[in-house]
Formats: sequence, structure tokens, C-alpha cells
Amino acid sequence: MNNYLEFEKPLAEIEGKAEELRALARANEEMDVEKEAAALDRKAEALLRDLYANLSPWRKCQVARHPDRPHCKDYIDALFTEFTSLAGDRNFADDLAVMGGLARFDGTPVMVIGHEKGHNTRTRIERNFGMARPEGYRKAIRLMGLADRFGLPIISLVDTVGAYPGKGAEERGQSEAIARSTEKCLQVKVPLISIIIGEGGSGGAVAFATANRVAMLEHSVYTVISPEGCASILWKDAEKMREAAEALRLTAQDLERLGVADMVIPEPLGGAQRDREATIRAVGAAIGRMLKELQKKKPEQLLRERRQKYLDIGAAGLAA
Amino acid sequence: MNWISNYVRPKINSLFSRRETPDNLWTKCPECGTMLFHRELAENLRVCTSCDHHMQISPRERFKALFDGGIFTEIDVPEPVQDPLGFRDQKKYPDRLKAAQKATGEKEAMLVAEGEIGRTPVVVAAQDFSFMGGSMGMYVGNAVLAAARRAIDRKRPLILFSAAGGARMQEGILSLMQMPRTTVAVQMLKEAGLPYIVVLTHPTTGGVTASYAMLGDIQIAEPNALICFAGPRVIQQTIGEKLPEGFQRAEYLLDHGMLDRVTHRKNLRDELISITRMLLRETPPIKGDLAAPAQAPAEAGK
Repeated sequence: MNNYLEFEKPLAEIEGKAEELRALARANEEMDVEKEAAALDRKAEALLRDLYANLSPWRKCQVARHPDRPHCKDYIDALFTEFTSLAGDRNFADDLAVMGGLARFDGTPVMVIGHEKGHNTRTRIERNFGMARPEGYRKAIRLMGLADRFGLPIISLVDTVGAYPGKGAEERGQSEAIARSTEKCLQVKVPLISIIIGEGGSGGAVAFATANRVAMLEHSVYTVISPEGCASILWKDAEKMREAAEALRLTAQDLERLGVADMVIPEPLGGAQRDREATIRAVGAAIGRMLKELQKKKPEQLLRERRQKYLDIGAAGLAA
Repeated sequence: MNWISNYVRPKINSLFSRRETPDNLWTKCPECGTMLFHRELAENLRVCTSCDHHMQISPRERFKALFDGGIFTEIDVPEPVQDPLGFRDQKKYPDRLKAAQKATGEKEAMLVAEGEIGRTPVVVAAQDFSFMGGSMGMYVGNAVLAAARRAIDRKRPLILFSAAGGARMQEGILSLMQMPRTTVAVQMLKEAGLPYIVVLTHPTTGGVTASYAMLGDIQIAEPNALICFAGPRVIQQTIGEKLPEGFQRAEYLLDHGMLDRVTHRKNLRDELISITRMLLRETPPIKGDLAAPAQAPAEAGK
């Protein structure tokens, strides 16, 4: 059973019919519906191909937020071995919106850090929907420092609507924590790879996504402000999120053209949520390639190139 | 906030130093409602004479009050690509830029200058809230970098006055990328062993607070300045939490350990002189209003 997005409604109807037919056939052995059902399947696939061939930026935002997309924990479970979670910022608390720890990728010890949104009501609340508090960023800073001392590559998985806008988070220095986390990203002398797996929401994403290589999944987004937020400020109407999503240039494809993303990882037809395993495999392959390339570089070079990359970004605009 | 009161005289007038009567001779203090005569307000560095409310001050006014004898040299900021995304909301971004340029007489939302304070050579950058809310786009990023590079070239401290609603949405992801970009500028300064002092002014929020404005060696704020990542309205709307009195104001941040000091605008100059000279291990400063340096820089600011 799929969770359908609003624009996928026609698809839900066709796939629903095919499913119904097959259920009928299972209940009644004399019925032969396979031909009809197969025709519906073909129709559904054609429609899916059509829908996903040219997703508008706003639809991409919806796909990027799809609850069935693989989340940070899914990637860690599938792609890493010996994952050893490390907790806490040593100051105040452990923030479960950010997970991180030691692990092996293809046998190589690494540090993996990421936003985890949770997959059901209980885990979503526990993980605060992937919205980190200062403790989350301070935990990340600590883990990045640890990786740097022992020469372990850092892999960050970014998936957050943004840093948590709350009273306590502000009191404990949300902005300072984000600033220091970004600063840490620009200090470590180990390979730093970031994958935007869903939503790259503003400063809360930058804090982990300032990396040697930034890869984005095909239908992920990375933006300075949510389309809804932008619409309510610039259009004075939160309902104008489609226009805002268009104007913000937040898709993986636009970000690659702007030089912010270094590569786009293709998703299965119909988005990551339709074939989670294939998506996870594709991300794993991309990490492997980037890691191999970066491990050839000297520590100083990694640092110098990372800083230079950010100094150069945007020099040519979309004309590039 | 009265928009008219924030209008800075057009650049052309200041170039010819023509004395003109401001459109609005009186400004109402947004805090206590007192009507303040423009000259009195300017002399008091745009601080309300009755309730001490710190109103926004333009970078040029700030520099005139800060540098010895009011003399400073502007530092060129490399021009970025204009309107990199072809952004259009209800208005085209280039039109919004032009309107802001006309209203402020400035090119963009940050001004960088060098000069002396208490005979101590420094580089100073100041953000202009009246220019599109001081928002950080590629120009502001370039300005922070230009300031840091000049400070490193001349081995001088950098003092930065922040004031911004956040990142400039019209430049999309490229405005967000100014967070790491300006962070590199701060790192270059620190690695050169130079002091970086931030003065947070009302308001400093969003991506600006979460990058160069929170990475100072010393963090000072003006009284009652709003300093935050997410603004109080956003928090109230999304979380529905009740916010305490003075939440996210300078004094509140000081109480919570996020700042070194909260300093009244009239004392800022002396304090900055004192701090920079101590960090540079120089002799104690000569207090008071110093005249312009004997050898004035070639191009003096007005």
C-alpha cells in the first residue's frame, strides 16, 4: 500500500483498480483478470513516467518530504556496518533529531552524522521531526572533531525542514551552534561528504552540508527558506508556495547548475519511496565513488579545496 | 517603524554637502512615543533622549561617529552577478534593488571602510538594515570577504556591525551559501591572528546570526537589540510556546551566556578602542574625541 501525494491521485485510482481486480480473482478462482490488471499496470506506469518526467519544483518539495522515503537511519542500517551510535553534546542533552556515530563503510572506518525524521508518530516525536536543537549541532561538532583527530572521513546525511524554532533552542544559542557547526565543517582535514537525501532546509542543513562533495538525490531540495515561508513573506500569501518554489531554484538540478551540488543521484521511477532499496543502493554507490576520490587527497588539500569551493560559489549565477 | 525616518539623504546631495531640510523634522520614538527633533536625534547617535531606545543608524552615520575626526576611506567591494536566479515575486528583484538604492543612496546592504579609532587603525564593516532589511546576499558576502582580506593585508582588527533580517531570499540558495562563505572569511582572520569583534545591532536574525555575526572573538550588542535565529513570531506560530518578557533581546542573551557585553551606543567607541588596543597589546588609549589623523587617507568619507 502506497502513500499517495496529492498530485498522484489519478495514479492511486488506477493502481487501486488493479489491486481490486487481483483481490477479486484471489477470492474467486474462476475469474481471470490478469489481462485487464496488466493493462492497468501498464497504464499506471505510463502515468507515473509522465508525472515524474517533469516534476514542478513544488511537487519535488512534496516528494522530498514523502514520509515513505528512506531516512537517515535506513541508510545507516543498510550501507554501514558496526554502526556505533555516539550520543550527547557534553553540555546539556542528547538531541535525537541528529544521529551520529562510528561505522564502517565498505570496511573503512568513518564518522556518519545525519538528521533523522522518524517513521511513525512515536519516533517522529522522539526525533522532533528531524528539527535539531543546539545540542544536535553541538553533538555534530564534537563528532566531527573526533573524526578529524583520528583521520576518519565524515559522511553527513541531510534531511531537515530546518533547525527547531523553539524557546529553549533559542535560549541555548541555536544560531551560535549552527555557526560553529558550519565553522567545524570548514576546519576538518578529512574527507567530508554530504548527501541531501530529502529536505535541505536552510541553516539547519548548511551546518552539516558544507562539504568537499555535496550530492543530492534527484527529487531532493535544498533551500534558503521553505516555499511556504517565502510565499508568506514576499507574496504575503502562504498559498503562493508553487510560485515561490519555482522562483527559489531549489531543485537538485538547479543546484547542480549553480555549483552548489556536485552531483545528482538518480531516483527510481516514481521517487525514492517507490523503491527504497534501489535508492539506498544508488546512494551507497555514490558515497563509494566520492570517498575513493577524496581519500587520494592530502589533509591540507582537502581543507583548502573545501574552503575555495565555498569562496567560488555563485560567481556566475545560473548563467554558468 | 516610520519609514520616512529611515530615509538617508540621497548620495548625490551628500556628495555636494548641500544642506537640505529633511522631509521630516521630527521623529517619533517607536518605544516611548516622544517626538525627537532631527538634529538632536542625530547628535545623540539616533538614541532616544528620553527612553534610550537605540534606533537604526546608517553605516555612514555610524562611521562618522566612530572613526577619529569622522574620517574614513571606503573599501571597494567586488560586484557579484546581479540577480543570479532571475528572481521575480510580485516585483522583479532588480526593481527591488533599484528602489532600495534610491531610498538609501547606497549601493547595497553593507559598507566597508578603514580608518583609525583612537589612533588604532581598523577595518570596519557595517550592515544597513534600511537596505532590503540588511539582507545577506552575494554582495554582503563579498563585503565581509573584502573586509577580512583588507584587514589581513594591513594586519588590522576587523569590527563588524551586524543588522539583518537574514539571508536574501531573492538570491535563493546562493544567499544561503554566504553562511559558509563568510565563515571562511572569519577563519582567515583568525588564522592571521587578528581580532574580530562583532557588534550586534537591532535586529540581527536568521542566517546572519547563524554565521559571521556569532563567530566574533568578542560579541557585543546594543541595548534591547533583537538577536535570534528564528524570530519570536515564527516561534509563536509554529510551536505555540509562550515567550517570556524580553525574549531574544540583547540583555536576555547576555543573561543566557550568549554575549560578552551589552553596551550603550554612546560608549561603544571608547569600548571598541579599549578592547582592540588590549587585544593588540598596545599602550592604553587616549580617551576623548580625537581629531582626524594628521595624514588623512586619500579619499576621505563625508
